[in-house]
Amino acid sequence: MSAWETVIGLEIHAQLATRSKIFSGSATHYGAPPNTQANLVDLGYPGVLPVLNAQVVRMAVKFGLAVGARIATHSVFARKNYFYPDLPKGYQNSQYELPIVVEGALDIVLEDGSGKRIGVTRAHLEEDAGKSLHEGLPGLTGIDLNRAGTPLLEIVSEPHMRSAKEAVAYMKKVHTLVRYLEICDGNMQEGSFRCDANVSVRKVGAEKFGTRAEIKNLNSFRFVERAINYEVERQIDLMESGGKVAQETRLYDPDKGETRSMRSKEEANDYRYFPDPDLLPVELDQAFIEDVRKGLPELPDQKAARFASGYGLSAYDAGVLTASRELAAYYEDVVREVPREPKLAANWVMGELAAALNKENLDVSAGRLPAARLAGLVARISDQTISGKIAKEVFESMWSDGSTADEVIEAKGLRQITDTSAIDKVIDEVLAKNPGQLAEFRSGKDKLFGFFVGQVMKATGGKANPAQLNDSLRKKLNG
Amino acid sequence: MPLTREQIASIAALARLDLSSSEIPIYQNSLSSILEFIGALEAADTANVVPMAHPLPGQSQRLRPDVVTESDHHEQYQANASQVAAGLYLVPKVIE
Amino acid sequence: MTDLHRKTLVELAAGLRARRFSSVELVRAYLERIEASQATLNAFISITGESALRDAQAADAALAAGAAGPLTGVPIAHKDLFCTQGVRTSCGSRMLDNFVSPYDATVVAKLKAAGAITLGKTNMDEFAMGSSNETSYYGPVRNPWNTGMVPGGSSGGSAAAVAARLAPVATATDTGGSIRQPAALCGVTGIKPTYGRVSRYGMVAFASSLDQGGVLATTAMDAALVLREMAGFDSNDSTSVDVPVPDYVAGLEQPLAGLKVGLLKEFFDKGLERRTEKCIREALRVYESLGAVLSEVSLPSLPLSVPVYYVVAPAECSSNLARFDGVRFGHRCANPRDLQDLYRRSRGEGFGAEVKRRIMTGTYVLSAGYFDAYYLKAQRVRQLINADFIRAFQSVDVLMGPTTPTPAFAIGAKTSDPVTMYLNDIYTIGANLAGLPAASIPCGFVEGLPVGLQIVGPHFSEARVLAVAHAFQRDTDWHSRVPRDYA
Repeated sequence: MSAWETVIGLEIHAQLATRSKIFSGSATHYGAPPNTQANLVDLGYPGVLPVLNAQVVRMAVKFGLAVGARIATHSVFARKNYFYPDLPKGYQNSQYELPIVVEGALDIVLEDGSGKRIGVTRAHLEEDAGKSLHEGLPGLTGIDLNRAGTPLLEIVSEPHMRSAKEAVAYMKKVHTLVRYLEICDGNMQEGSFRCDANVSVRKVGAEKFGTRAEIKNLNSFRFVERAINYEVERQIDLMESGGKVAQETRLYDPDKGETRSMRSKEEANDYRYFPDPDLLPVELDQAFIEDVRKGLPELPDQKAARFASGYGLSAYDAGVLTASRELAAYYEDVVREVPREPKLAANWVMGELAAALNKENLDVSAGRLPAARLAGLVARISDQTISGKIAKEVFESMWSDGSTADEVIEAKGLRQITDTSAIDKVIDEVLAKNPGQLAEFRSGKDKLFGFFVGQVMKATGGKANPAQLNDSLRKKLNG
Repeated sequence: MPLTREQIASIAALARLDLSSSEIPIYQNSLSSILEFIGALEAADTANVVPMAHPLPGQSQRLRPDVVTESDHHEQYQANASQVAAGLYLVPKVIE
Repeated sequence: MTDLHRKTLVELAAGLRARRFSSVELVRAYLERIEASQATLNAFISITGESALRDAQAADAALAAGAAGPLTGVPIAHKDLFCTQGVRTSCGSRMLDNFVSPYDATVVAKLKAAGAITLGKTNMDEFAMGSSNETSYYGPVRNPWNTGMVPGGSSGGSAAAVAARLAPVATATDTGGSIRQPAALCGVTGIKPTYGRVSRYGMVAFASSLDQGGVLATTAMDAALVLREMAGFDSNDSTSVDVPVPDYVAGLEQPLAGLKVGLLKEFFDKGLERRTEKCIREALRVYESLGAVLSEVSLPSLPLSVPVYYVVAPAECSSNLARFDGVRFGHRCANPRDLQDLYRRSRGEGFGAEVKRRIMTGTYVLSAGYFDAYYLKAQRVRQLINADFIRAFQSVDVLMGPTTPTPAFAIGAKTSDPVTMYLNDIYTIGANLAGLPAASIPCGFVEGLPVGLQIVGPHFSEARVLAVAHAFQRDTDWHSRVPRDYA
């Protein structure tokens, strides 16, 4: 048992999936040629002014309602002043003292099935900065402001997480939620969903938090886990060797697997926040909030609870199946075809299907294997046409050539043998061929039961119905 | 209390203004007298007074429909920039 | 046609429509006057003669076709912080000496749409920071009434241009008095409308919560006509107010009988120069004779308006001017060693002394440890001043007083002490802090230098303020006096 306790809080930046930017009519497509989606407002040209995108407000309210937060009817944009080449105006518009979403919470389920509630301190609207490009420009940095002014929802958690695993579970939960709400595409490679992790350690039982380091710009779940684990170890080593943790900003280097200090961001860190005089307070009335509430989809937790109770799934499985709206919809499409087999369907969706998709790096929504096809396979297991084991072979064929389960079963002659007399005949042959083993079994070596099952399966090409085989074999061995 | 050289230097650094050593005392003097002048505010009784950020009371932020209205004009916009290449604005290397 | 410049804008527009003279003749006449005056007055930073003549030809064609707008063919000048497409927009700064705007400010676009023709861009204090037009990178503007004197600022070029009849009207902006103070010092009529009345889009920002565009003209009627065309809601400006614009010209002929005029006690203070006060008192008697009822009104927090302003305006400007970093537009230093060097030298070289002073003041009052004591405190006192005005307008229709404590002062007289210079705006800043419409009209002379009377009204009362100014101008002729060298 470690003497140290880890304390983690996350600041998640979710790019809002709007058509246009937060303060201008520029497009927000990813990957456009440099500066082709930066208009005069995004470039901070002299004289231009911001006007707030309505959709951004609606999306923030959606998120707030989904985490059970208070929606502020009065929120204010401030200016965060600092100089950086990717920040055209020399300040970032960001809600500071009065954010739009206040005090919500999310429940996470850990792998061992236990649950935990993580507080969401606040979520506020702000604008993204541009990008600095260093490659191919000796001694220079190129600035692309296409991303400048893209709307962000910054979701700030309480320091409630106690391990990297909890942090990842929370981040995944937020990731699931924003995609359910269709307010963020969740694309982490493109930077649409990323986070800063505030990490500190303290002696177990201590009341005061330790000094925290902020690890910036983590854009994959794996990096979050590794960066936190590295940072925790670094801080513990430092403290145990008599050192002190510095409050600072750090950067995770995925190649080296370590965090390092970002001193450039530290110097003269005085942001001089003040309310932006070019933007007025955002005032929302209850009618607007209720209107947004009415448009909320079934949320992941609600869906998971319904899956657990309606389909008899474990909380963990229900959580996995509801991790995305698309996966949950796929699962329900399968179950609709085989309503008596929700558990079997769940196993196949989370097992073979997930593995196959993962291997090819595909999303379920890509339509690689339509739900009706998978349901066809589940149905054949259910009606005992094939065994679970044979079904894996059938699945492989279905996956590789797009055929239906019935086509594969027919073509390969994989239909399960359920005729008792036929199975009995094979058993008799096997027993006759193996008199020695039979004698050993009858003299008390029970373990040989498996040997006979194997021999019968081998002789039938795996097609004997396992339950019937067990039944008949036991009778004959004991007889 | 008059501002020190160091204070002027640190304000100028925060504002990214290059000041020559001969300019510093000039700003020391003038900023000190400005601060003394605005120090008159201290005496005002502002207990329970809400700060006023906008000159027209009761106004709230207007919302714009989420519509793309802009097209690419980067060449025109970059005509005012001193150093560009391949559509990028260039600055001396940024070290993170 | 040598006396065209003696006509008002309203007369010129009527003359054009009646085809008594052409727009080309008119524009040519003004361009000649500008050229002739430049060496002395320095009122313009850029003169757009070629495009003006081209536009004038088009205007003449439109007039001939009977397709004229309210200002078709009428020349105007724009203060050089309104962005004008394809034309340098310098803000009086070295920083933007090379800046050609790719777009028109809303004000510029609206006046173009009404048919007005741009003669050029007028000189101004750098980024509108100044009260004497001495902080311009392009050199000081001189007062046409006495070229040893300042024209006021920051819209000194616009005011001098109108006073010397180099343009019948000019746009201007007012953050702490930058329309009214030069109007007073140059003997012209200027109006700063209610905050939010005129779009700020394309008007390079100094202090966003105080800046407001307006007009300088020779008469209230001309100001009314131009303001009618430039005012109105703009969806590009979040602080623009969606309130219908009345026809300010049609509203000018309101009777003054029973008008309740409040005399601002705090304005008739010991700083008010004696002969200037005498002019103001005489102007007030004219109003009394027209039926107005005068009473004294006190705004106890008003004396703090200058300190409030010198916290709020620098704070906002320090942030507004952060975008001038040498990267996307504006001055960039030669051979920067590194990024910080690029920032510090581009800004250090591009900005003049007063702009740097205000950026540093603003940076200081917003910085950690000082924000509450200065910025927040100033916002609270601003609220008190606003409350004073609201209370005053419960008992009076308009407030009156001097626009400035003295007539124009000598060039160089106040440049050594910024606080002395700042105090020149002591009577004008209040209206900016409260977002109120306010005008300055000529009401007399002291030693050959004009004196301005200030009229302040409640929010969105521009029509009333202009009507009150117009009534005075129907009864007096101060506004039609022209400096001898420009008669």
